Amino acid sequence: MIEIRMHGRGGQGTVVASKVLADAAFKDGKYAQSFPQYGVERRGAPVTAFTRIADSEKDLIVRSFIYEPDHVVVLDPTLLSTQNILEGLKKGGWVVINTPEAPDSFDIPSDYKVATVDAASIAVKWRLGTKTQPIVNTAILGAFSKVTGIVSLQALEKAILENAPVKQEENVNAAKEAFESVKIRS
Amino acid sequence: MSFKKVLTGNHAVSYGATSARVQVISAYPITPQTTIVELLSEIVAEGKLDAIFVNVESEHSAMSACIGASAAGARAFTATSAQGLALMHEMLHWAAGARLPIVMANVNRAMAPPWSIWTEQNDSLSQRDTGWMQFYVESNQEAYDYVILAYKVAEKVLLPAMLVLDAFVLSHTSEPVEIYDQDKVDEFLPPYEPKYAIEPGKPISYGALSKPDTYMEFRYKIQRSMEEAVKVIEEETAKFNEMFGRNYGIVEPYMMDDADYVIVSSGAMTSTVRAAVHEMREEGKKVGLLKMKTFRPFPFEKVREYLSGRKKVAVLDRNISFGHHGIFYEEIKSAMYSVEPRVPIHGYILGLGGRDVTKQDIKEIYDDLIKREEISEIIWKGVKL
Repeated sequence: MIEIRMHGRGGQGTVVASKVLADAAFKDGKYAQSFPQYGVERRGAPVTAFTRIADSEKDLIVRSFIYEPDHVVVLDPTLLSTQNILEGLKKGGWVVINTPEAPDSFDIPSDYKVATVDAASIAVKWRLGTKTQPIVNTAILGAFSKVTGIVSLQALEKAILENAPVKQEENVNAAKEAFESVKIRS
Repeated sequence: MSFKKVLTGNHAVSYGATSARVQVISAYPITPQTTIVELLSEIVAEGKLDAIFVNVESEHSAMSACIGASAAGARAFTATSAQGLALMHEMLHWAAGARLPIVMANVNRAMAPPWSIWTEQNDSLSQRDTGWMQFYVESNQEAYDYVILAYKVAEKVLLPAMLVLDAFVLSHTSEPVEIYDQDKVDEFLPPYEPKYAIEPGKPISYGALSKPDTYMEFRYKIQRSMEEAVKVIEEETAKFNEMFGRNYGIVEPYMMDDADYVIVSSGAMTSTVRAAVHEMREEGKKVGLLKMKTFRPFPFEKVREYLSGRKKVAVLDRNISFGHHGIFYEEIKSAMYSVEPRVPIHGYILGLGGRDVTKQDIKEIYDDLIKREEISEIIWKGVKL
């Protein structure tokens, strides 16, 4: 069982990202579950969403929140200074951050692996959301797919095509571009 | 062909209503139910379901519209939550009293005040005595399946049925759901053929005055139909299992064969209980799970069958009857009253207002249960004092 926690802000598509990730895992032949933490998401407010991925339904997936994720995804880098996004993160887990900064520039313990991707610029380029409020969810999933290998890019593309309410092709292109441009801490 | 799709619990319900070919949908939006009827309205607008979608100004009117539609012979559907269900209360009695097989999805949400949008069973359990059947589902697949099953049973016994799913823990959780081939669903659930229907030119009266010399017999018949529903649920569930490859029952046991200790659960938290029971079994603990799928009609016989002879039973309640105890606890204790030797049954209240229920909570409840000597009717798990 792999458990992933996503941190974002209302309007970035965090809850949809958790669902697209679950759907991509399902399309890869696995069993998956995704859910938002609170359900009262408001634009700009912190949002947390979760995805569980298991080999099969027989793995007895629980229905509680995820307290000790294997990996975390950060859609808004400003959350790094306001929330403990590393809380409960298992050693060796990935921290995938949407930021133009290099992965070495973050003060994250060496227990964790760090990847960064400029998902905001990619989203703006593909006209996802607005320049001031880009929708970065599909781009960051492309980066997540590349560094973790948990879901294939092909499955992710299919999941995006099915789940993105608008601009499906642009969202797929954003994911692909992030897949190619994600940077890993050395 | 059947296909699998990753869906929220709410959308699984919308697909269920579509597969059941409901003909009239009337609803008023309320979180966390809204996305059920939102998707249904889109499906109807796109012409994928031949149904009339009636917008109304309140839940009371939504149920009233369903009552009118059902009395005219249509398969009627609605969905609601919490305060919305409470506002329907008067009409719930009406639907059952008029013997109308309406199906409703209620997304369990805690009652206000204080305001909450998260899961708790008090909204649906408060409707216990309205004459509605109640099914508590554990997964999105069950949410889909029980729309279909509920219509089948409701139309056989002529009583309305409510399927109940947890706010967010199911309603907004996405997971794979198998959507069946329409021909197979049609075979299981043929079109509703009402015994009596209001038709222009063929007037009949519903809900007319019944004096003391007849009213009691109407109540007696509702009770007899509820009793009959136990058998109908078992029969129809067996057919459903055979056709669609499920393993449902009026109650559902897990690792119960040689269990000395049993945890009784309902709704979505049952998945977490199952995982905890599985792990405790691997540690050599003789513990089992009994899932209460059906609350009305109450499955007395099955409860006695599965709980008799156990060393101890813990009943988990995500609800409370103020001034009494957990509601499932009281019902199960009452079912077990005639059983000798007496089985010690303990009641645990947990997860109110959507408080998370974890595997660790369930293991702690087991540890607490085996240590208890006196019967404890109300044990608060996780309350901050």
